[in-house]
Amino acid sequence: MQAFIVRRLLAVIPTLLFTSVIVFASIRLIPGDVVDLMLAQNDISTGTDRDVIEAALGLDKPIYEQYFVWIFNIVQGDFGYSLWQNTPVAEQLSLTLPITFELGLLALIVALSVAIPIGIYSAMRQDTLGDYITRSFSLLMLAIPSFWLGTLVMVFPSVWWRWAPPLQYTPFSEDPLGNLAHMLVPAILLGLSLSAVTMRMTRTMMLEVLRQDYIRTARAKGLKENLIVFRHALRNCLIPVVTLIGLQAPLLIGGAVILEQIFVVPGMGLMLLEAVFQRDYPVVTGVFLIVGLSILFINLIVDLTYGFLDPKVRH
Amino acid sequence: MDPLLAISDLSVTFATDRGHVQALDGVSLDLVAGETLAIVGESGSGKSVTALSVLGLLGDSGQVKTGKIEFEGEDLTKVPASRLREIRGNQIAFIFQEPMSSLNPVLTIGTQVAEPIWLHHKKSWPEAIAEAGKLLAKVAIPDAEQRLEDYPHQFSGGMRQRVMIAMALACQPRLIIADEPTTALDVTVQAQILSLLKNLTKELGSSLILITHDLGVVARYADKVAVMYGGRIVETASALDLYKNPKHPYTNGLMASIPKLDGDPGSRLFTIEGQPPDLSDLPAGCAFHPRCPHVHEACRAGKPPLRSVAPNHELACFGYD
Repeated sequence: MQAFIVRRLLAVIPTLLFTSVIVFASIRLIPGDVVDLMLAQNDISTGTDRDVIEAALGLDKPIYEQYFVWIFNIVQGDFGYSLWQNTPVAEQLSLTLPITFELGLLALIVALSVAIPIGIYSAMRQDTLGDYITRSFSLLMLAIPSFWLGTLVMVFPSVWWRWAPPLQYTPFSEDPLGNLAHMLVPAILLGLSLSAVTMRMTRTMMLEVLRQDYIRTARAKGLKENLIVFRHALRNCLIPVVTLIGLQAPLLIGGAVILEQIFVVPGMGLMLLEAVFQRDYPVVTGVFLIVGLSILFINLIVDLTYGFLDPKVRH
Repeated sequence: MDPLLAISDLSVTFATDRGHVQALDGVSLDLVAGETLAIVGESGSGKSVTALSVLGLLGDSGQVKTGKIEFEGEDLTKVPASRLREIRGNQIAFIFQEPMSSLNPVLTIGTQVAEPIWLHHKKSWPEAIAEAGKLLAKVAIPDAEQRLEDYPHQFSGGMRQRVMIAMALACQPRLIIADEPTTALDVTVQAQILSLLKNLTKELGSSLILITHDLGVVARYADKVAVMYGGRIVETASALDLYKNPKHPYTNGLMASIPKLDGDPGSRLFTIEGQPPDLSDLPAGCAFHPRCPHVHEACRAGKPPLRSVAPNHELACFGYD
């Protein structure tokens, strides 16, 4: 098991290097570079100024050299400085990252606690009214984009009941309840949109597992249906569901970025969007690298979960 | 002596895409305590369906239309689901054909064998596990105690079928139903498993229903044989009687198709002409008549009833006088 973890961790390195190249290149490929924006804002348009700014930001060097300087610093834990605020990127990340992770984690908890029980219920009551209702609901959640639903949640309650979700961010360490009250609405919206696919997968897998020979063996032992489902079927059915959750990790982070905008959550998303608009290269690349790392990490956890669920992987 | 299990006039249909298929048509069987009954027939003859219907394991699409399944005087087709669960695994145990897929891949062998003991004998979990260890030793699994924590994929096919037997014996059932328990196994392992099954059932004084298509198995292990064809029983007799004196043309065909060690090595093996019947489209009259070498007019018109032709020998054929 330890060898397995070490192998998986080593495999992360080349993937991360590859990601860094793509991230580094892609932000520079967007038309309009940071120097143009700075010049436009300061209303200066002479050629000499441009060269001066480029040199000051280190953007006058060949691109491969810029990359190697950047990646060399990253390896040492130095994410560089924001081109606009001149503050360390690492510091900004350390402020915003935990907030986005909290939102993601809450959304994941919501998604799983909705999807798995309903998926099981739906499978056990296949083709009954309850099954149809839950399936239609999941289809609905799949079809509605969470940013639209988020906007509705912002607008309609305030029109109808003069109530709006709280938009004042308070750190968890200062006021846990106030923090949760703020985070809960975006977490539920994000969680519900993720739960749709997971619920369908749980239902399909549960139906599939309940047709297996070993379930017939369990029935022949005289076990009650509940024990059959929870002791004999659930773990078998969760193996592919866990894979799906791992694959949804990018959606989780992507969705968090959008919902942070709507609900004014000062997480990575807000920081990222601003940085992209301003072509703040070190910030954008820093955020993407961290996102990439967390997705790889989530998938590592998924692989470790297999070991727990499936004895064939463990041995 | 009162029979332990008495199936009378059992008819079972399955709902399929092509409409209702009659899988069993008026099947009657008796089994006395301690006896081994073999049910023989081709695939689709209804032998597995007969066995599954005893425990109400036909699934959602199968339904008992008529008939009774009396186990110790209690009609299992009428009892509520909760009573059926008390009987399953406790008084009647089942051994399935596929040891590879019939054990749960994510639960330890110990858990799976201990489960019926915990459930029916109301033992604590550690006690049940301890008993499971003894059971595994009984079915001759080496280092039984150490293997309780192992998973099915760590066992070979033959060993898994031993585990299935241990599981079936866990509550000392009155009746064990083994549905082709050795079909999926190597020939060398088959005999070991069957002998083990036979000896352990004898030790417990339980009855055994052995479903098979292997007449060699029947001769060695069964007291009584029922031959099935197209969802009906065509002949029942003691194993010895059936070998010496098979009366139904289908039984005769089965006997003739067994390769003989003293036969001419160059001769072709006897085969019964034609195909096994399609249950959704059974021929009128005797289901076997299109393949029967001795077919009469009566065979096409009506279904022959099962009647006694000799002591402990019943036959469903118009051709016998």
